[in-house]
Amino acid sequence: MDTEFINGSFDIQKLAEELEVAVASSVLSIARNQSPSSQHSLVLNPEHAIRAAQWLRDQSPERWDFLSNVTAVDWPAEAVAQRQKEMAKLSQDDAYSSPEGGYLEAVYHLYSITRGLGPLVLRLQTQDRNQQTTLPSLTPVWRSAEFQEREAFDLYGIRFEGHPDLRRIMMWDGFEGHPMRKDYVEPDDYEYEPTPHDEVLKRSQDRMNQGDQPKVTS
Amino acid sequence: MNSAQATPSSDRAQAGPMFESKTSDQAPSLDGTERMEVSMGPHHPSTHGVFRMDVELEGETVVKLKPVFGYLHRNHEKIAEGTSYLGSMPYTDRLDYFNSMTNNWAYALSVEKLAGIEVPERAEYIRVITAELSRLQNHVCLIGFLVQDMGALGTPLMYAFRERERILDLFESLTGARMMCNYMRFGGCRCDVTPAWLRQAHQVTEAFPRFLDEFEALLSENEVLLSRSQGVGALGQDLAIAAGVTGPMLRATGVNYDLRKADAYGIYNRFNFRVPLGSHGDVFDRYMIRILEMRESIAILRQAIRDIPDGDYVHPKAKLRGFKPPMGEAYGRIEAPKGELGFYLISDGSPKPYRFKVRPPSFINLTILEDMCLGQTVADAVIILGSVDIVLGEVDR
Repeated sequence: MDTEFINGSFDIQKLAEELEVAVASSVLSIARNQSPSSQHSLVLNPEHAIRAAQWLRDQSPERWDFLSNVTAVDWPAEAVAQRQKEMAKLSQDDAYSSPEGGYLEAVYHLYSITRGLGPLVLRLQTQDRNQQTTLPSLTPVWRSAEFQEREAFDLYGIRFEGHPDLRRIMMWDGFEGHPMRKDYVEPDDYEYEPTPHDEVLKRSQDRMNQGDQPKVTS
Repeated sequence: MNSAQATPSSDRAQAGPMFESKTSDQAPSLDGTERMEVSMGPHHPSTHGVFRMDVELEGETVVKLKPVFGYLHRNHEKIAEGTSYLGSMPYTDRLDYFNSMTNNWAYALSVEKLAGIEVPERAEYIRVITAELSRLQNHVCLIGFLVQDMGALGTPLMYAFRERERILDLFESLTGARMMCNYMRFGGCRCDVTPAWLRQAHQVTEAFPRFLDEFEALLSENEVLLSRSQGVGALGQDLAIAAGVTGPMLRATGVNYDLRKADAYGIYNRFNFRVPLGSHGDVFDRYMIRILEMRESIAILRQAIRDIPDGDYVHPKAKLRGFKPPMGEAYGRIEAPKGELGFYLISDGSPKPYRFKVRPPSFINLTILEDMCLGQTVADAVIILGSVDIVLGEVDR
């Protein structure tokens, strides 16, 4: 394998067209990145994502063989509206064709070790944030997604269909909720467990509050 | 499974469990022993931190292994979303606490991509020098830990720590801290290096090869090391690439992928160095790759200390306070001593990142831990884990 290369850039427009020919209606849009990094991304149709991923790995001219990074992003409705407002201020279109009412997004960063290219950013978007949060898992295509998709499931609540072992990975098994969501509210005390002492305390508070003694609040 | 072999286990079932371990539902294996589930860790000296391997054993052979972690999870990414970009810099020290310099660099590089900040030449040289020193002490310690796992108690590890201490002294005199350096800034570094510091760094660099020769004379042809590491935990090229394995683990399989060459981030294209490659992908190759990488790091250090120009150590227009990158996102990555360390940032134009994600190399290198350990003995699983080079501060984040 020859590697005296510098990671080069590639034409994402051309790649999107080729992918669209190979796997029909797999590309929803190209999300333009406004920052100086100019790492643009392909928003894929979740229904055809697995076939698109297989094509990208095995048949595309660039051979995207190395999946470096997998993560999730939470876009509640307010954040989407805010983003659209900011974009309007810059008199640019919103870079994303985003579902109304917020959504969760899985982001994949691909590189090509054989051709020395990258990163290619893939995005998959769920229908909404609470009911339709299922996306196809890309672990069968790139094994490196295995733990990272588990992490995205754990912290964001995206259900990856076809994942071999979708369990919580960072939080403990009995944990409820998804702590990386923007609207997650931390409990006052993670280690709180009800004890008999609480009942005794409440009874004594009730008793005191019935009498003429000064009121006691918890 | 014939009845003669099934008898002993049914006898045992009548007598009740012999010891407190969970046996699996599977039928007894050919030699009549039951499979045993062992939970190695989280408090086990071989796990290099609070890490657990749920191992299923048949005799001494590993037939199933599930890594369990999260004991050190503090949701670093959520903390970062609540603080300014610069405020996350000290937190990145705590990811891979052996290599705060490279953690800082990866984060600074991503923010520089996100905001389009230039880095002056002198700062790039300082970054290379500190990162390569960091790589030296990481690799030498890892080898110390690895041979400690093989039973070489004390001596090699103490030698390794003695050399590490010289490098940490350098870090301390430069940044004020031995390990939590918090040294890089967006567009450069926090403070300049002095000529005296460079002379000291030069001395440490020049003294290192002699130590390395001695270390290798002690270890590289040692019979115990060879027999415990050769052919153990072999990993193939295709699986390594598919599973996102990076760093010395990947290069031990023979894949020539070093981000210092492939991405040539910073100024790495100015230095003359080679990328050591293995051929078997076993524990011995991983050991040897790290030894050879240290020698290449010394070559880079010599060139960098010789060539470092005068100039700014931080870009004069780089903002420390009230820093707001434009809307957008960036993914930046570097070749950290443990593999590819990346940071993925989304900016919504405010002083805090909208999304902050770390791509920790040792977390992803653990994906194929089970594949490497299957069919090996449980004592070898310890060595295989040691050769992955994990740090739980980074795995759990």
